[in-house]
Amino acid sequence: MIYGAILAGGSGTRMHVSSMPKQFLLLKGKPIIIHTLEKMLACTRFHAVYLGIHPDWMSYMYDLLDKYDVDTSKVRLSPGGETRNDTIFRVIEEINRDYGANEDDIIVTHDAVRPFVTLRIIDENIDAAIEHGACDTVVRATDTIVCSEDGTVISEIPNREFMYQGQTPQSFKISLLKEAYAQLTKEEKEILTDACKICVIKHIPVKLVRGETLNMKITTVNDYEIAEVIAGGIKLD
Amino acid sequence: MINYVYQLINPQFISVKLCDVNTDGKVLVRPKYMAICHADQRYYRGQRDMKILSQKLPMALIHECCGEVMMDKTGTFSPGQQVVMIPNMPSRRLNYVYENYDEASKFLSSSDDGFMREFVDLLPDRVVPCDGIPPHIACITEFFSVAVHAVDRMLNFAHSHRDEIAIVGDGPLSYVVASTLKERLPQSKITVIGRRTRKLARFSFVDKTCLAYDIPADYRCDHAFECAGGEGSYDAINNIIKHIRPQGTIVLMGVSENQIPIDTRTILEKGLTIVGSSRSGKKNFEDAVALMQTQRIRRRLGSIIYEDAEVNSIDDIHRVFATDQDTPFKTVFKWNL
Repeated sequence: MIYGAILAGGSGTRMHVSSMPKQFLLLKGKPIIIHTLEKMLACTRFHAVYLGIHPDWMSYMYDLLDKYDVDTSKVRLSPGGETRNDTIFRVIEEINRDYGANEDDIIVTHDAVRPFVTLRIIDENIDAAIEHGACDTVVRATDTIVCSEDGTVISEIPNREFMYQGQTPQSFKISLLKEAYAQLTKEEKEILTDACKICVIKHIPVKLVRGETLNMKITTVNDYEIAEVIAGGIKLD
Repeated sequence: MINYVYQLINPQFISVKLCDVNTDGKVLVRPKYMAICHADQRYYRGQRDMKILSQKLPMALIHECCGEVMMDKTGTFSPGQQVVMIPNMPSRRLNYVYENYDEASKFLSSSDDGFMREFVDLLPDRVVPCDGIPPHIACITEFFSVAVHAVDRMLNFAHSHRDEIAIVGDGPLSYVVASTLKERLPQSKITVIGRRTRKLARFSFVDKTCLAYDIPADYRCDHAFECAGGEGSYDAINNIIKHIRPQGTIVLMGVSENQIPIDTRTILEKGLTIVGSSRSGKKNFEDAVALMQTQRIRRRLGSIIYEDAEVNSIDDIHRVFATDQDTPFKTVFKWNL
């Protein structure tokens, strides 16, 4: 079966909005996470869509589902963990508890703060996860990427032709992801920034899915302002 | 729900607009296959009056499209069902005017965004199931329904003597009109009059074809369809007036940007009826889909389709419009945005 997982375990510190995690901010009068959930639910291939929510915000999320009249027949709430990967594995635990574990189960993990994801991206993630076991959504890097190991001088400028920017969704065959994660050392787990890295460390090929430049992550106040403009139907180019 | 709308901003310039769509009471359809109409091509190339262009753009193009139901809060359709979408948007129901002629109606890709979107939100009565019809053919249902409507109009107006019917024009519109006539009036003799032998050769199922400059002086028809449009309208209409029998009905279907001088003296002398026919309504869509259930019609429609590579990006949208200029018949493509 195919499951969606919207990751919303964060507390909004980067946004300097201490009272409200950024996924709950209103975008054109509707919380960002509701926009994201609506698009995930529009994909008919999902058996269920899990929301990994910071435990402090669970009841608030329930209220939002009510307030925005979301069809909750496929929606499940799961308490988020300390890190992104903790949240993913908590969702996987919930899936196993609710529906059991099947060898071919697929999970499509997506940032709650990327409301501009498209149905094509979601569909291609599912197809790629079924065919290849793991995939990441990317766009070609337009800026030159500069590496600096000490933070003061450039140590390397990689060829931009091979550089991509990672977005989400990231999608996996659940059994493959669990097996790879179980094999990681404590040190390896500490350097994980996202779930695809679990596969990369274990040399499991991760297929690229073409993202969209507009599939932006709303992380800062500036991003939020840009997202308001985009969602308002004002053209950027 | 947030939707991606691919709008023509200026001729040959397409940009994405995002908007939050209220989906209450709507059927949400994911476009799968689209076909290009001359009207889209005229907008795309900027071949409309500048004033009209400035009023209409930005606007998403394409009004010929089939898709898959992704969500229906009204419960009329099931998710995954294959459907065609009606671009005509009536705002009222008048029993003396067809929905496609009502001035209060809107038309997607003329007065509102067309189908080049991530998903299309429609009222359930603007959606017609087309199960079993291959999507690359189902996507020209709107085009076919225009012919079905025109033939219905002729049947409403024309006197009962319908032995010989002429169709002037050798493009895809003539082809679908001929296909529909063959089904509706199987006893009538159909003659297609065109300008290019190569295009006329496609009309394998009609009784006769002839070149416009070579119409026998004694050729007569009872009723006729003008499917030329543009610069060809003048010759097409006047040829019909010359060769049609008295009290015949002429159905005009070709779009022309300029006014066309026509031989009104002969129209009066012969007591002709001239009927304008444009676009189509829900009943025509349903009738078109019913006709398309037969293998014969599907094969015929399939022969006027050129399927271009799928559209995965805005660059690909430019490509299909370029392809369409070089293909004699209908350009269709899979929509993957």
